[in-house]
Amino acid sequence: MATHDSDASPQREGTAGLIRDWSVDRRVFDVPWGKAMMWLFILSDVFIFACFLVGYMVLRMSTVEPWPDASEVFALTIAGQSIPLLLIAIMTFILISSSGTMALAVKYGYANDRRKTAILLLITALLGASFVGMQAFEWAILIGEGVRPWENPWGAAQFGAVFFLITGFHGTHVTIGVIFIVIMAVKVMRGSLDGQRPGFLTGRKGSYGMVESLGLYWHFVDLVWVFIFAFFYLW
Amino acid sequence: MDQHNSHHQPELRVYLRVWLWLFVLSVLSYLVDISGLEGLPKWGLITLFMLLKAGLIVAFFMHMAWERLSIIYTVLLPPAVLLFLAALMAMEANYTLVSRLGVAN
Repeated sequence: MATHDSDASPQREGTAGLIRDWSVDRRVFDVPWGKAMMWLFILSDVFIFACFLVGYMVLRMSTVEPWPDASEVFALTIAGQSIPLLLIAIMTFILISSSGTMALAVKYGYANDRRKTAILLLITALLGASFVGMQAFEWAILIGEGVRPWENPWGAAQFGAVFFLITGFHGTHVTIGVIFIVIMAVKVMRGSLDGQRPGFLTGRKGSYGMVESLGLYWHFVDLVWVFIFAFFYLW
Repeated sequence: MDQHNSHHQPELRVYLRVWLWLFVLSVLSYLVDISGLEGLPKWGLITLFMLLKAGLIVAFFMHMAWERLSIIYTVLLPPAVLLFLAALMAMEANYTLVSRLGVAN
């Protein structure tokens, strides 16, 4: 159950609390270990995506050929009118919404509202799956137009390599997230978290903290998209 | 793992408000793109909206605003070195560009 400080003094806030957390002879992070580990995993993933984006910056800065204009490349023609970045804008709104439903799922999980948590998780998974579907649609369009990792019809050859690497890696993260969210929704629905049933692969007891850790991952995927949207599509 | 009695759960309207702001900021950055702004105003606004969105997601959706400083610093300080990496690689990329232009002439 609840872990308190070994001594009876209340937890301090601010810098004094920070120094105390690190110096007192007990665990540093006052959160379930699953959550602390998820944060560290996210930190490592931040570095991976940052390396991709920095690599993209280097390619784009150092090429002597013009970089293809993303507004035109990713424009969709609807009813004879070309609307720039339409699909990307829709995908952005879908991912933000899925982050919203995920945050609510975590909230209702801690409120022990199984029904709402499960429904919100399923909506999140559905939104995530539609995001991946649109990503696949976008890839199909670009491949059809002749974009390859080594060439494209519009300019700097590095464009395709960067596009497929970054959106592919992000799409993979979304896909893995969707799979885990569906698994979590099933666990919530059958009451595994309330009953503290151990998981299939681990002996870890089920708890709603798991929904929160999964939520952290999902928000991180949304966060990465914020940066991709700005640097790759809008810049 | 069920020690969330000290766990702060914000009210529903906090999430809805953050959600709304994320929508608004996304629309604004989209408008910057189609407005035809160029150069510093464009990049500045896009970066500003990006950082605001990232801040909202991390602070509220990821509950960072309610975590202790020990976890906040552990997660948010290390990525600062990435700015250093980006600065170094920008210099390198600039050098590559200059040398390529030199060969072309």
